[in-house]
Amino acid sequence: MITLEHIDKSYNKGSIQAVKDVSFKVAPGEMFGLIGPDGAGKTTQFRILTTLLLPDSGHATVNGLDIIRDLDKIRSSVGYMPGRFSLYQDLTIEENLQFFATVFGTTIKENYNLIKDIYQQIEPFKDRRAGKLSGGMKQKLALCCALIHKPTVLFLDEPTTGVDVVSRKEFWDMLGRLKKEGITILVSTPYMDEASRCDRVALIQKGSILSIDEPAGIVRAFPLDLYAATAPNTHLLLREIREYPGTDSCFAFGDALHVTFKGDRADGGAGVAAGGAAVAADRLLPWLAEKGLPDARLKKITPGIEDCFIHLLKS
Amino acid sequence: MPTVITTDKLTKRFGSFVAASELTFTVEKGEIFGFLGANGAGKTTAMRMLCGLLKPSSGNATIAGFDVYSETEKIKRNIGYMSQKFSLYDDLTVSENIRFYAGIYGMSLPAIREKTRVLLDELQLRNEAKTLVRELPLGWKQKLAFSVSIVHDPEIVFLDEPTGGVDPVTRRQFWDLIYSAADKGVTVFVTTHYMDEAEYCNRVSIMVDGVIAALDSPATLKKQFGGASMEDVFYELARNAKRKGD
Repeated sequence: MITLEHIDKSYNKGSIQAVKDVSFKVAPGEMFGLIGPDGAGKTTQFRILTTLLLPDSGHATVNGLDIIRDLDKIRSSVGYMPGRFSLYQDLTIEENLQFFATVFGTTIKENYNLIKDIYQQIEPFKDRRAGKLSGGMKQKLALCCALIHKPTVLFLDEPTTGVDVVSRKEFWDMLGRLKKEGITILVSTPYMDEASRCDRVALIQKGSILSIDEPAGIVRAFPLDLYAATAPNTHLLLREIREYPGTDSCFAFGDALHVTFKGDRADGGAGVAAGGAAVAADRLLPWLAEKGLPDARLKKITPGIEDCFIHLLKS
Repeated sequence: MPTVITTDKLTKRFGSFVAASELTFTVEKGEIFGFLGANGAGKTTAMRMLCGLLKPSSGNATIAGFDVYSETEKIKRNIGYMSQKFSLYDDLTVSENIRFYAGIYGMSLPAIREKTRVLLDELQLRNEAKTLVRELPLGWKQKLAFSVSIVHDPEIVFLDEPTGGVDPVTRRQFWDLIYSAADKGVTVFVTTHYMDEAEYCNRVSIMVDGVIAALDSPATLKKQFGGASMEDVFYELARNAKRKGD
């Protein structure tokens, strides 16, 4: 449904490489996530796929259509919700929706069933100007406008950024329902925990893809044993575990610390005796007790997407 | 511990709409205080009152000992502020940014020179003093932005979603800075949408529909609301919010 082959894009005469040799495919009906922080190149990829920006090199198609040759056909068949609110601030909710329906040669009525669930939530305010809406309402209106012509592919650039946890959950539930309608969805987010909502994800950083897989596959590929360490004083624990000679990495994750130990590298731990990491793990608690943290606990855990992202950043 | 923020029934009305209603809490010196809330709960309104930018409708508050009605200029001089959206000037160099902000806060030239030297050493940016900020890696930029926000040694620093959109490693490095500032006695008042970061705070307040719906340490809140994580606690409190959006 979407293919990218060796897409490159730079800005400022090549001084900023926004997208570096990116290739991936999205299958029909798939929900595919681009997961990465600001500056990863997410928006540039969206602009290229929605024919708003030309790549420096590489090929891409959407719905079997070439992004350069067939731009008109692509524009009329996809829906795009940009990261920045881009509707007409001085038109009302209803006028904006009407406008988008007309531009795409359809009517609100014709595809109402597709947007009904979402539109009903903002319909009581349909005479309010878009510029006067709250963030959550703007987001819902933008989604309605992107859907009104029943697109085959939906591009959503950071729809949940700056949105609270409750609204984020609701938004992903809405996307789940749209996926059931058969719409292919490419969605980006800086929130690692949202990866699990996607069929497949690409983890990206500074224009390059670190990994592409199902969320479960990315977790399975984590090559080390990961432990969670806890103690009454997490801050002190962090400092001490970082001092521990056997520590490979230690990062705070909520009320626990996620720790990997030396000698556990996928390459066999070059130079470290087999079982080095397990031994290092075993010796941590006694070591911490000596440092005044007798209540510390350690247990092996399954990594999350954020652990995997951090690991990929380091390697 | 002395308190540096005290509010008593602090309220802001816009016409008939009560954006923030009877906020009452204290924040101690050196505390990391998480200020959470659903979109539209009234966080921004509350923050603006605490920073001396918005006059309350009723109630009282003192920030670093100064009154939010009559001493707003003194408040502004004695707090630091940083947000993801507004921090450094990209087209100024590292040392120009430091000089600019220190100058805004009325520091003398010799004091600015000394402070610049200390900061560049602390941040290990001495070789980058003449580099444009836009050319710095994000992690360094964040460190510099934070240091600049407390360049005038304020008692309190307000951080408004300082880590939004930042990669997971840089985000955690930023919290190292927060901890070390708090260790030095700076009070940190921080908002975030990352619920794991709520766990790093000494105490957390959660606003829903204009009121503080809960305020305690993360551990106590989790016990109180029967949640395994702060995300559960937040969800439990905010899911029935009537006000949505910003």
